[in-house]
Amino acid sequence: MAYSDKVLDHYNNPRNVGSLDKGAENVGTGMVGAPECGDVMKLQIQVNDESGIIEQAKFKTFGCGSAIASSSLATEWLKGKTVDEALAIKNTDIVNELSLPPVKIHCSVLAEDAIKAAISDYRTKQTKRVPSEQTVA
Amino acid sequence: MKTPIYLDNHATTQMDPRVLDAMLPYFTEYFGNAASRNHEFGWVAEQAVDKARKQIADLIGASAREIIFTSGATESDNLAIKGIAEMYAEKGNHIITAATEHKAVLDTCKKLEKHGYRVTYLPVKGDGLIDLDMLRESITDKTILVTIMYGNNEIGVIQPIAEIGKLCREKGVIFHTDGVQAIGKVPVDVNKDNIDIMSITAHKLYGPKGVGALYVRRKSPRVQLTAQMDGGGHERGMRSGTLNVPGIVGLGEACAIAQREMPEESKRLQYLRDKLRNKLESELDEVYLNGSWEHRLPHSLNLSFAYVEGESLLMGINDVAVSSGSACTSATLEPSYVLKALGLGDDIAHSSIRFGIGRFNTEEEIDYVADKLVSVVRKLRELSPLYEMAKEGIDLSKVQWATD
Repeated sequence: MAYSDKVLDHYNNPRNVGSLDKGAENVGTGMVGAPECGDVMKLQIQVNDESGIIEQAKFKTFGCGSAIASSSLATEWLKGKTVDEALAIKNTDIVNELSLPPVKIHCSVLAEDAIKAAISDYRTKQTKRVPSEQTVA
Repeated sequence: MKTPIYLDNHATTQMDPRVLDAMLPYFTEYFGNAASRNHEFGWVAEQAVDKARKQIADLIGASAREIIFTSGATESDNLAIKGIAEMYAEKGNHIITAATEHKAVLDTCKKLEKHGYRVTYLPVKGDGLIDLDMLRESITDKTILVTIMYGNNEIGVIQPIAEIGKLCREKGVIFHTDGVQAIGKVPVDVNKDNIDIMSITAHKLYGPKGVGALYVRRKSPRVQLTAQMDGGGHERGMRSGTLNVPGIVGLGEACAIAQREMPEESKRLQYLRDKLRNKLESELDEVYLNGSWEHRLPHSLNLSFAYVEGESLLMGINDVAVSSGSACTSATLEPSYVLKALGLGDDIAHSSIRFGIGRFNTEEEIDYVADKLVSVVRKLRELSPLYEMAKEGIDLSKVQWATD
């Protein structure tokens, strides 16, 4: 299969590889896929408490080149966005940007799922956090 | 050293220039039809075919009259299995094969099931070998054929062919083997191995594509086949169709070269294969061998690199031609059924790479491939959430994965 130049670029120079502290309250972690399916993506966001803007995004992916590229691209797009803006990222945006062939569309779906899972984890932490802060105050 | 490096010699091999030299005159100068009995052109072609028949027979310990020419091993497998099923239908309707056979055998068996035949697909053990006791117990008075491959195309394991053949002989069942990966790589002898019928192809032993043969035993027992194509009654009535004379000459020459050079060549291939494995295993952790090490073709290696997905691995070594058992590299999006038959988890199947070393590979190439793989596996493991979790001591088999 021939890969697009953008997929090759992300595969050869993946952006934002790594892990954030999953215990931190301003970090949301999304882990999607399963080893037996051949794809596992871990995507993390770190949100600035004051501005509500995603200031850091990291990923690690087990999967084909298109899966690695989809998650690498997702981290690039996430940085600098608010959580609501991040939720608007659609898998079709990733498909278009990376010129993924039909057989690789599931990689982009997985990346969108990972974004949603990370945001959901972040929001769950926030709703737990607010009351506790109030009691302290 | 030139790239890309070809290490996919189970798929096909580069034709040996000596084979091409032998073939060339038969395209233009000696173009006759081997079935033309009444002129010089036909006689020359027939002589060339007879010589090739002898070269092939010599390599496998057969007699020339037991070699039937076909278009390749898929046709040979089809002709053997369907031809025997039809010929011996009155005796029984049961066929035994194994789960790790090539699709040319499995799909032929599935087709026969639709026509009232019963097929037993033997499972294999963790090392890829069949269990002889299970085979013995599976044979009934309705069994007419056992078809088990000699050497496996994905994992390279060699089945206990002589023992299978002996068992079939005792039970009066015909024994077919697909010999394409083994012939020319290890000594194959139809008498010592108790083989009744065997599929052969040229392009896996440095010959041309599109030509193969079927060995059909003529005595003790005499094996009969119902032809699957109707026509001029060529090849003792078993396979009609004008003979592909240049291709047959090439197959014959490829067999003659293999017979002369196999002892030295298989030692060299085995040395390179062992070196590749040793280098990879000494520099990387969690590299797993797929299939028996002891019962293995000398040029075959199939390894799984845990926590790394096969297609992304292939992408990182894009100047090396190998195959992966990963679903992503197949048309079906299913991981290799052969690796699954060994009892491997899908994750390990997704992480597998098949190396097939051949006549034209050099030690320099093997060193290059080993070094490259080590660096790519390390890089991809840095990227792998699974490797990170495993290093944290998490048992991946106990994780609840978020799947659809």
